[in-house]
Amino acid sequence: MIMRLLSLRQMRFRVSGFVPATRSALNRSGIIFLGLNYVLLLFIAIISSIPLLWMLSTSLKQDGKEFLYPPQWIPDPFAWGNYVVLWSESKIQYFALNSFIVVILATIGTLLSASLVAFGFARIEFFGKRVLFILLLSTMMLPSIVTLVPTFILFKWLGWIDTLLPLIVPSWFGGGAFFVFLMRQFMLQLPRELDEAAIVDGASYPRIYWDIIMPLMGPALAAVAIFSFVNHWNEFLHPLVFLTSDKWRTLALALRGYVVEHAGGDYGDGRWNQLMAASTVMLVPVLVVFFSAQKYFIRGISLSGLTGR
Amino acid sequence: MQSTEARQLKPPSSRIVPRQWRRHAWGFAFISPWLLGFVVFAAFPMVYSAFLSLTSYDLLSPPRFVGLSNFDRMINDRIFYISLANTAYYTFTAVPAQIVVALLMAVAVNQKLKGINVFRTAFYLPTVTPAVASIVVFMQLYHPEVGIFNTVLGGFGAPKIAWLADPKWVKPALIIMSLWHVGAQMVIFLAGLQGVPETLIEAASIDGASAIRRFWHVTVPLITPVIFFNLVLGIISSFQIFNAAFIATNGGPVQSTLFYVLWLYRHAFENFRMGYAATLGWVLMGIVLVFTLLNLLMAKRWVYYEGAIR
Repeated sequence: MIMRLLSLRQMRFRVSGFVPATRSALNRSGIIFLGLNYVLLLFIAIISSIPLLWMLSTSLKQDGKEFLYPPQWIPDPFAWGNYVVLWSESKIQYFALNSFIVVILATIGTLLSASLVAFGFARIEFFGKRVLFILLLSTMMLPSIVTLVPTFILFKWLGWIDTLLPLIVPSWFGGGAFFVFLMRQFMLQLPRELDEAAIVDGASYPRIYWDIIMPLMGPALAAVAIFSFVNHWNEFLHPLVFLTSDKWRTLALALRGYVVEHAGGDYGDGRWNQLMAASTVMLVPVLVVFFSAQKYFIRGISLSGLTGR
Repeated sequence: MQSTEARQLKPPSSRIVPRQWRRHAWGFAFISPWLLGFVVFAAFPMVYSAFLSLTSYDLLSPPRFVGLSNFDRMINDRIFYISLANTAYYTFTAVPAQIVVALLMAVAVNQKLKGINVFRTAFYLPTVTPAVASIVVFMQLYHPEVGIFNTVLGGFGAPKIAWLADPKWVKPALIIMSLWHVGAQMVIFLAGLQGVPETLIEAASIDGASAIRRFWHVTVPLITPVIFFNLVLGIISSFQIFNAAFIATNGGPVQSTLFYVLWLYRHAFENFRMGYAATLGWVLMGIVLVFTLLNLLMAKRWVYYEGAIR
């Protein structure tokens, strides 16, 4: 059943797209249709962008100008100094550093361990493989909340609470079923003859993995790296539970602290421009990663299809 | 002489077996990171959680066995039902809405137009926005006096809504907010739509089917597996809604956004009732499992799998 549920994931993603209907020439109604089409697309794009634009806009407003009526889209004047204030008054750079540590170490762990596991499932025949793979897939349907309390106790017992380890170490153990699945799908597409030739030449499995398969995994590794980066960067519940002091706070957690600080209590009090500046700072690395490799990102999801919320 | 030659031609079986053994061992060696992780971070926690659910445990003194009294307490707990109702309301409204919006967006970007990739990116962008940052912005967009939502609605003569402060409106507010994060579903739908053979669409078109009928009677049946997939995973993740309720509304006003996971979080990490929280975790897993199984059972009625013998 699970295999069937996931069978759609094996669909190929054709970048070309389909042609709705063959229109021989652009006649008058064709042009109107095309125009309406773009208007509609632009409309959805604007709606989609409103939160991001508003975030950027408010982050550049002067103190006390965040709640003007009617809403002011273009700050007057631009208060670039908000970002200077953010840098000097909050400890956002330290929190960002914590987030980077988590994201980089967790992503390396994910890439290594998920590709190892995927290699096992994709390229080696071994006893019980099918059952184990179904087990792996079914962990995707496991609500992660059920393990939160016991893993907290486990980490407490290991003395890892209020360190970054609980946010990093689990990624070194397979990195999540979704990433393993994604990489396995990719490996299945690589010709078998590569392994067979290598085995004839006397290569061991680790050598096939590292010298033959991994160099061909570029797009899959890129997709997983981006996913992992964005997921760990945005993660909120786990840092909230596993980190207790200021020292190791990640950016997502710090931002929640700013919410309390700047927007605590009723609306209107506090400096929302600072809050939005911090939000923008948090968004920038994600945007950089997303734009630098969006091709892989969307391809990666369409190949595999699971993200957090 | 002859016997050695024969030995070389026909490899003795005693040499195959160790080789196969080695292969099995390598297979397990490669998947061992996941296998170990599964035991440590999934299987053990679940078993331990089941044990905890029979205890009273505050992290300070050792767990004390209390039998089924956590379950007893839960079924007599009024807030259990409130949080469950809130979560169910959210899930069964948000998930269909998300699916419709994601599908329409996917249809919109499933066209061969100049610059379509720009639109795909623009539609997907809100989804990579960190949840906390996104919630922060929506807190301002939902401002009752000067927020964008009320400004736009006010232009149509609608009365001012206290989105996040009114128990009637706060869940719709969170549901609307969730519609900005349907990029992943959209891309899955997009992949599904691109798997629909053009020939079928063209055939229907030649038979005189209108665009809407082509969509409803050709495209939709063919992408039911994708709809099903988004439905199953959407329900699983919506049942675990936490961030928005924790950051923007803190469960309020008057418990209207006290969702199940938020309630569980408070028990576990604010009041350190680990036993009770473990019970709640197991019950949530049971509920999610039931819905997943129901989905799988009902799928036979409406999901079309190409090549499936049914």
